[in-house]
Amino acid sequence: MDEKTVTVQDTNPMDTETLEVNFGPQHPSTHGVFRMNIVLDGETIVSVKPVMGYLHRNHEQIAENLTYAAVMPYTDRLDYFNSMANNFGYALAVEKLARIEVPERAQYIRVIMAELTRLVNHVSVIGFLLNDLGAFFTPVLYAFREREKILDIFEAISGSRMMCNYFRFGGVKRDVSDADLEQIRKIVQKFPAFLDEFEALLTKNEILCMRCQNVGVLPPDLAVNASITGPVLRASGVNYDIRKVDRYSIYERFSFRIPLGDKGDVYDRYYVRILEMRESVKILEQALKGIRPGEFIHPKSTSFLKLPRNFKPPVGEAYGRVESPKGELGYYLVSDGTPQPWRYHVRSPSLINLTVLEDLCVGHKVADAIIILGSIDIILGELDR
Amino acid sequence: MNISEIKSKIESALPGVSVKIVSQSLLVEKPGNLTRVVRYLKDSPEFRMDYLASVTGADYLDYLESVYHLYSMAKKTGPIVLRVRVRRDEPKIPSLARIYRGAEFQEREAYDLFGILYENHPDLRRLFLWEGFEGFPLRKDYLQEDSEILEAEDIQWLEEHGIPIPEDIRKQAHELKQQGLRALAQKPTKESGV
Amino acid sequence: MIFGSGIIRGMFVTLKNFATSYFRKPDEGGLFTVEYPEKRIPLKERFRSFPFLVYDGTPENLRCTACDICARECPPKCIYVVRAADQDGRPLRRPAAFTIDYSVCMNCGMCEEVCPFDSIFMDHEFEIASQDRYRELVYTLTKLLKSNEYFNNIRPRDAQAVDKKRREAEEKKKLAAAQAAKPKLDEPPKPV
Repeated sequence: MDEKTVTVQDTNPMDTETLEVNFGPQHPSTHGVFRMNIVLDGETIVSVKPVMGYLHRNHEQIAENLTYAAVMPYTDRLDYFNSMANNFGYALAVEKLARIEVPERAQYIRVIMAELTRLVNHVSVIGFLLNDLGAFFTPVLYAFREREKILDIFEAISGSRMMCNYFRFGGVKRDVSDADLEQIRKIVQKFPAFLDEFEALLTKNEILCMRCQNVGVLPPDLAVNASITGPVLRASGVNYDIRKVDRYSIYERFSFRIPLGDKGDVYDRYYVRILEMRESVKILEQALKGIRPGEFIHPKSTSFLKLPRNFKPPVGEAYGRVESPKGELGYYLVSDGTPQPWRYHVRSPSLINLTVLEDLCVGHKVADAIIILGSIDIILGELDR
Repeated sequence: MNISEIKSKIESALPGVSVKIVSQSLLVEKPGNLTRVVRYLKDSPEFRMDYLASVTGADYLDYLESVYHLYSMAKKTGPIVLRVRVRRDEPKIPSLARIYRGAEFQEREAYDLFGILYENHPDLRRLFLWEGFEGFPLRKDYLQEDSEILEAEDIQWLEEHGIPIPEDIRKQAHELKQQGLRALAQKPTKESGV
Repeated sequence: MIFGSGIIRGMFVTLKNFATSYFRKPDEGGLFTVEYPEKRIPLKERFRSFPFLVYDGTPENLRCTACDICARECPPKCIYVVRAADQDGRPLRRPAAFTIDYSVCMNCGMCEEVCPFDSIFMDHEFEIASQDRYRELVYTLTKLLKSNEYFNNIRPRDAQAVDKKRREAEEKKKLAAAQAAKPKLDEPPKPV
């Protein structure tokens, strides 16, 4: 913790005082430049006030001054762990706005990329959560070993490991070669074995159980009321997955289940993520079986690749949302018929999932605040925008 | 259920409330009625719109707008899009943060970037920008510093670090400083969208 | 289950990983890091770092025509193009200055996508760190120009596709020119 300020409220020496601790913004456990003002009574948290904006760059205004196509690389920088999921949401919103069709092969490639991203995100988040718990870097490095293989695939396909910029309106930027697909098959085949090992390391570990169970319990009615989405919501037992509800892209073709928690504590959030990875592997297996040769971008949209300024969606608005690994990632677009969006808004799951931070933390010890924050899974690029 | 059915249901259940259909969404004509409409949509067993997905503002030069995307987690339906329009000089909209906790940060964000005042919000402060920031950057008439024009302080700093500055740029910055102006440029305004 | 057995099981996992990391292959759970900069992982062909300009043969024969499309479409606006002019002030189809501020560039590859003359491409060179942002990282035309052979070397598949496309376009042009020239030879020019 950076600074400590003691507020003297009373002169009576027998009175207890609350201590205001400024946690962050430069602290590794805040996953970036996030700041919390925590008021402590002894070691118990009395109130938490999140302070954000240290990474604010007015993403929405930048986008409103660019062409639709030029916003795509900026969406990579929102949630820099899952650039493919961000691309997916934006492409979906623009396709809804301009009514663009996406060919079958492109849909398959999109789903494969989105699910690989989910693996990358969940496996690293669990690693970071363990880091916050004090299991210093062993789980993170195991997670990164797997992440590394997937990032290599992203590099081979899109050209960049993290800032992929791979999706285009009506398809994807380039086709995926058979060699790359073979490589993905290999990774997917080996992933369950890694998950088994990861679980052997963590799931029944007594320290993990004692630190995480019954900590930061999120009741389902509060979760729904506070617009919580993603694994945090499902860990509270609410069955809501946009892949199932909206059936966007081609998710209705795959059979997969939605893992739900029953308590809504940190442990459930950890375990729901593990189970979601197992379901993602199932989707990947089916998608890799189902993918057929074909067009990777709709022929009508290829003309806009060369001339982004000719891409003028009709006047109107669209709200496209995807189940990003963090929750509902929504893009609200308003077109006025010009090449630039009139209004562009990102509904970021990281920001909205933080609404309940105070409810989760109050009454717990200060060390628990860190794992609660870790289990909510925030990325500052998306939170501050 | 299509949009005109929703409209007639709202209007028959809530006498005195009028909504208009604007591009597949419902415009609540009086901002004061918003909480009643939202409460009805949330509580009536027909809709059960228990999940407020997104709250955001928009600037259409003549008025400011607040847009709400409502979904139902219980019935897996949606979205119902609500919008409210207010005058730019008096942008007051009742807050939904007491009905949906999820609106809390999103309304703070819209206040921060558009200056829409959400009445009855528990904690309406700037979210991303710092206290004392002037103006609302996502309004279309917000004047942005022009990165092409250097300020006098910038030039001083650059020269101290040994970077040569052309004479005309130095003169321009000096003139602006004499007038008591920071380097500002007028943004071109676009025509209204929806 | 006995209290503590979960921890012991976890310890066995770490022990197994520690021991097997010495003889397993990198993609099977062995050591997957390399000691940069002595050892390097080979770059993928599609890897993109910063843009460069391609010339055919000699640097004077560059493909760029200073059309300014890349500068307009660049999302962070890091490309500056000035078109060359002859003595009378008429614009020429070549740049007088072409500058890319690498410290602003965000490696998105937009310029490569929109270029209608197959002139600008993404490089593989990424070790450009320096202590002077203005002198070293603002790349001017001379620093940006690289030969087509270099392009063929780093990205053979893309370069061959581009070369093939250019050859075909040139042949078509020649054919069209020949056909356009033919009737002139056959018919005598009509008096106006």
